[in-house]
Amino acid sequence: MIGVLQGVAMLTVGIFGFAVVLNRDPLPQAMVFTFFGGSLVVLFIVLQAPDVSLSAIVVGAMAYPLMTVLTLAKCRGRSR
Amino acid sequence: MKARTRLALFAIPVVGVAALLLWSFAGLPSFGHYRGPYGNEINAQAVPRRHTTNAVAAVNFDYRGFDTIGEEFILFAAVMGVSALLRLQRQEHKEESPLEHARAHASTEMADSVAVVCMGLVTPFVLLGLYIVVHGHLTPGGGFQGGVILASAFLMVYLAGRYITFRQLSPKGLLDAGEGSGAGGFVLVGFVGMLAGAAFLENVLPLGQSGKVFSAGTLPVINLSVGFEVGAGLLLVMWEFLEQALMVRS
Repeated sequence: MIGVLQGVAMLTVGIFGFAVVLNRDPLPQAMVFTFFGGSLVVLFIVLQAPDVSLSAIVVGAMAYPLMTVLTLAKCRGRSR
Repeated sequence: MKARTRLALFAIPVVGVAALLLWSFAGLPSFGHYRGPYGNEINAQAVPRRHTTNAVAAVNFDYRGFDTIGEEFILFAAVMGVSALLRLQRQEHKEESPLEHARAHASTEMADSVAVVCMGLVTPFVLLGLYIVVHGHLTPGGGFQGGVILASAFLMVYLAGRYITFRQLSPKGLLDAGEGSGAGGFVLVGFVGMLAGAAFLENVLPLGQSGKVFSAGTLPVINLSVGFEVGAGLLLVMWEFLEQALMVRS
């Protein structure tokens, strides 16, 4: 059976995932994505998968937003 | 094609896929009731057979280490691809190198509070990264996670508005060497197994006592090399991006 905590964690992932899709502008999307990544981290902790949780932290909070922001900076630099 | 025809063509497979999905969901084991034999088998075997308290590390770097080599080289190829894409194109010219620009604009626009927080985070990040890499076979984490944390320590220096220091701390030649030797180190560990007369990547080093830092045979060695590869690779990507994003105009 799904516990209350697990259900809330999954629901949060769903809500933030939906929010990421609703944002069409890449820069706000990258910011919302960090929240989505954070909710995934919580979900993996709740499901007792600390290894995956650590990976989710480094990818969702660090690597992915960094790449997005740097790419945006590069694109805007070119169009200027 | 008319919009209605297109919608009809779209609807048929959608209904079909939805029906198949629901059918397969109905056949899934209920939540939390794992049926496969491997998870329980590895939980039972990891400590007595491999002397590692982190079964995930035993799976990643030992039982299916060959797959992890493939994954590592995916990252390696991705970093190489980014470097190749971001190299200076022929029609582009540098107005001035980022280093010269940074020297000319010594006072950065970074707020003092941001700079203080970022600089204060550098040492904890380095320590945490090293801890996660070195204890990869004992506690959750390992080379991949620790490597990214180590790279983000360098990023903190940049975020604090110290681009010059960031460049001095991460010379490109050293990053190239670190990434290459990290990726190669993993494969070398695999050949050590063959030299000892066993299979490729077989855990032939002394296993030591479970729970100690020097234990689990090849696992900490592989974690270290993966940490090098991931940390240096990510820094290399950041390095190339910053070089390009800051200055180059086409």
